[in-house]
Amino acid sequence: MAEVGIRARFEVVFPGFRLDVDLDLPGRGVTALFGHSGSGKTTLLRCVAGLEPAARGRLEVNGECWQDDARGVCVPTHRRALGYVFQEASLFPHLSVRRNLEFGLRRIPAAARRVSLAQATTLLGIDHLLERMPDRLSGGERQRVGMARALLTSPRILLMDEPLAALDHRRKQEILPYLERLHDELDIPVLYVSHSPDEVVRLADHVVMLGDGRVMAAGELHATMARLDLPTAFTEDAGVVIDGTVAAHDDHYHLTRLDFPGGAVWVQRQAVELGRRLRFRIHARDVSLADHQVEGSSIQNLLPATVTEVVGADSPAHVLVGLDAGGTALIARITRRAAEQLVLRPGRRMWVQIKSVALLG
Amino acid sequence: MPSLTSADWSAVWLTFKLATVSTVILLLVGTPIAWWLARTRSKWKGVVGAVVALPLVLPPTVIGFYLLVAMGPEGPVGRLTTALGIGLLPFSFAGLVVGSVIYSLPFVVQPVHNAFEAIGRRPLEVAATLRAGPWDSFFTVALPLARPGFVTATILGFAHTVGEFGVVLMIGGNIPDSTRVVSVAIYDHVEALEYAEAHWLSAGMLAFSFLVLLALYGRRRQAGGGLG
Repeated sequence: MAEVGIRARFEVVFPGFRLDVDLDLPGRGVTALFGHSGSGKTTLLRCVAGLEPAARGRLEVNGECWQDDARGVCVPTHRRALGYVFQEASLFPHLSVRRNLEFGLRRIPAAARRVSLAQATTLLGIDHLLERMPDRLSGGERQRVGMARALLTSPRILLMDEPLAALDHRRKQEILPYLERLHDELDIPVLYVSHSPDEVVRLADHVVMLGDGRVMAAGELHATMARLDLPTAFTEDAGVVIDGTVAAHDDHYHLTRLDFPGGAVWVQRQAVELGRRLRFRIHARDVSLADHQVEGSSIQNLLPATVTEVVGADSPAHVLVGLDAGGTALIARITRRAAEQLVLRPGRRMWVQIKSVALLG
Repeated sequence: MPSLTSADWSAVWLTFKLATVSTVILLLVGTPIAWWLARTRSKWKGVVGAVVALPLVLPPTVIGFYLLVAMGPEGPVGRLTTALGIGLLPFSFAGLVVGSVIYSLPFVVQPVHNAFEAIGRRPLEVAATLRAGPWDSFFTVALPLARPGFVTATILGFAHTVGEFGVVLMIGGNIPDSTRVVSVAIYDHVEALEYAEAHWLSAGMLAFSFLVLLALYGRRRQAGGGLG
């Protein structure tokens, strides 16, 4: 196996916009390119695909060099072993679903085919749609066909440009499980562009935060989300992501306990068997702090933790407090006045009160 | 009752042959021009577009005149064709084809150009991410998606060639079986005061043109007004 990883160094200049990134990404798992619109995330994805002729730089995907302008190398898009899922599914309107799926499949050598038509259609639940024309499909179905079509080229990397952005909430919920199956069943690195923190924390293993064409932060999802030094644009929505294990069900109160290193939280009863992993998010604004174990409170998710850091937040009235709860990082967003009255400083032991937990599927 | 003479039938057949040959050549020549116009960012785009559109506004006699001069014994094209052993083009069927292609070019290039532009870049980018090279995606994606434009271009190119008169008269003359097309035959009949024969041919042209346009506009309505 060649060197695993994606090295991307790109510079593109458009009127009024400049993308300048230097990234070293893992060669497996889902990496989210996250940022607001105009941050350059789609441009970066198009650079990786070779769809931005103005892009200059260097790109290496799992040991294969696709672009190196210093050496005059630039592999054209159709010779790059990639799959691309566009924001609107962009199915060929003149071809049936089957012919759309076969379009890419037929163009790769039989020996290079690692995904079969039946595999892809089953994985994405589109077996019954094969003979339909694209204009007879719903938005969600179209997007699933688009994903299957990209997979059928047996790509070495899958590029997804906000595949859910054009869909309403219900269609998103319909597709997310398929995306998670892709993630679980195929060993293809995915670059996933999104402006939705919910999608990012649900699907990603790694995250790259982009702003104004530059990389603001990049790294493993849990660690990056727990960072306090991110640009202010991100702190309003700050919060940590935790992978918990389903440890107990309480049928009387309809609750489920999720354990994680350093603690546990109780959430509404989940129809999931014991031992399964569930990812959840604790927003910084849902965390409050007390200097003793509060009794007689409606907030029952309480954890002891040590303050690691106190930094300014997006508003002058607030601070972000970094905490370590026995190995799991937490962030609290509290008022500056409260922080001063509690004399918060690194090393101080506090009780963390968690008002709500957002489960991520 | 008077009807078409064998000379008239010969003119009809010649017209059909001229229009068919010209349309095939028009599609072969017009498609690359339309593709280039739709995709290029070159500063020459405007110039080329204007040159292609010239026959729309020029009197056919002007085009005919310059073609006559160019293809004549002293003209650059004439010298070339003589040197190549083809002989001189004016007053021959081949000369008529050249004239028709130039005269009808905008009627083929513009609908195809519009159809290519309407496709946009996205389907071709999609094709590239699915391993289709430029030629591959041109034939398997761009051409099928531009089909309505090609149908329009074929109908217009054919019909417009059938209906030409001025260019034919300038560079073709009136040679039976070689350059005497229907429009010229009608002119001859009227000159000779043979109004009955002129009527038969004219009514035929009228019916043909109406049916062509009916087919064209009927298709457009079906397609919901746009290229469909």
